[in-house]
Amino acid sequence: MTPYEILWQPFADFAFMRHALVGCLALALGCAPIGLFLVLRRMSLMGDAMSHAILPGAAIAFIAYGLSLTAMSIGGLIAGLVVVLAAGMVTRATQLKEDANFAAFYLVSLASGVLLVSKWGSNVDLMHILFGTVLAVDATALVFLAAVATTTLVVLALFYRALVVESFDPEFLQSMGGRGAWAHFAFLILVVLNLVAGFQALGTLMAVGLMMLPAASARLWAKELPAMLCVALGIALVSGYVGLLISYHGDLPSGPSIILTAGLAYFASLALGRRGGLLWRWLGHEHLEA
Amino acid sequence: MKSLRCLYAILAALSLHASADKLPVVASFSILGDIVQQVGGDKVSVTTLVGPDGDAHVYQPSPQDGKTLVAAKLLVVNGLGFEGWLDRLVKASRYQGIRVAAAEKIVTHKMGSDQHDHGHDKGRIDPHAWQDPARVRRYVSNITEGLASADPSNAGYYRKRADSYTEQLFELEKWAAEQVAGVTPNKRRVITSHDAFGYLGRRFGIQFLSPQGVNTEAEASARGVGMLIKQARKEGIKAIFVENVSNPKLLEQIGREAGASLGGRLYSDALSRADGPAPNYVAMMKYNISTLVAGMKQN
Repeated sequence: MTPYEILWQPFADFAFMRHALVGCLALALGCAPIGLFLVLRRMSLMGDAMSHAILPGAAIAFIAYGLSLTAMSIGGLIAGLVVVLAAGMVTRATQLKEDANFAAFYLVSLASGVLLVSKWGSNVDLMHILFGTVLAVDATALVFLAAVATTTLVVLALFYRALVVESFDPEFLQSMGGRGAWAHFAFLILVVLNLVAGFQALGTLMAVGLMMLPAASARLWAKELPAMLCVALGIALVSGYVGLLISYHGDLPSGPSIILTAGLAYFASLALGRRGGLLWRWLGHEHLEA
Repeated sequence: MKSLRCLYAILAALSLHASADKLPVVASFSILGDIVQQVGGDKVSVTTLVGPDGDAHVYQPSPQDGKTLVAAKLLVVNGLGFEGWLDRLVKASRYQGIRVAAAEKIVTHKMGSDQHDHGHDKGRIDPHAWQDPARVRRYVSNITEGLASADPSNAGYYRKRADSYTEQLFELEKWAAEQVAGVTPNKRRVITSHDAFGYLGRRFGIQFLSPQGVNTEAEASARGVGMLIKQARKEGIKAIFVENVSNPKLLEQIGREAGASLGGRLYSDALSRADGPAPNYVAMMKYNISTLVAGMKQN
């Protein structure tokens, strides 16, 4: 096989492969920076929690309106926003820490979803109804993914300074009040939005993978935030492309192929990353840093 | 208040009486439930665990199911590894009654040993034997024996009903063969979302292609989807069908790219609700065959 046949032929032959690729790229554009901010804020597990919080909304929309992308996205979005806002407000009003509140609210949300579905849904496997496969991404889904990526990048740009400051020193902005809280909520809404986009394309857990793995890897390569953003984005984009190729040539399911590629990038970063990678530690070239 | 309590007592007595009259039978999924009902007539009360439009591959039993099962005298399952969740339910509920595997002693086929090469579960026995009316005749006799041993006093009644139902199945088979014979042999090719139609395909000479493996649990690979599109384009397959129990999005994508249109929804592992096109087994088979034949004529 020529390199062209290996690296591009599948995309040239099939529209569904091109759709999947563009879908992955759009998803990566939004998810990678979001993931990085989650990592910086030590909220890495938040993505996972929120992905579960979204499910009930999507499931209820499915029960009510059937297999409609719009209804299920709106349902997921509403459930996610309710959890984010409720947890955020409770955190600001009481002594309980934010992570505890998120855990509590997402569990309540998830349990109510399961209850509703078991009581009123059919026995059709919800996993298959709720989770898209990236191979089934159609034009409507692509527009949706692109819109979410665009919104994410614009909002992140608007709140960039506030988010950066809050990431490194949450106390500082809280003492300033106002703007910091807005930036924080805007960011949480973006998390929800990206997960909703992701679950249509890849399935929720897979979407979280594309969010967190490149971000975690990026910290091992760069020190400055812009550089980290570029690395995270690069890894996410390459994982989408390489993962699809592996799924095609290796006859493997597409979602896991993409996430495992990102996982490989993470392990490689652990070993080789310039900032804190194991190899450099052994060689004694580790720069001392905070 | 007192009269209300009195009414309850009467109602309770009535329902007790009614259920004491009928043999309580539990069937694992809707298609089996219908066959049991056809044989048992008004001497049995059938409860189905996985209802219409439900996917029995991935069913999660509820405590209510355990309660239903304990009260039953006869449990009818398909067998052949179809209801993976059932053994746990039987164990958990300590069901002591008779258990019948409807597919016992039928001639089985392996999954994916058909002509196509992207089945993920090669070598596994295909459990979807009810898609072949000839094999369902064996289902009927197995179920009849089960009913007769659970309720010997009505054995004659069950055997008589079984005979007339078997008659219907012969007619169904003949009718289906005639319908398929109306399609040129090289056009008898369709694409569906999971390999549920192996037995149907062999019986009537239709080739089924599908992007997933044996059951709805497997996720499709890019290669599998690509090969299917290539084949559909090359052989001019226009007949693509979705099933009542799975996500149609991937098939829609394949249809778009192969220049085919969705030919309708097939009932593979579950009946439709009573107001749908496939409320019982014979109606389901008739509906599936008509839908398939109409689709294949487009090829």
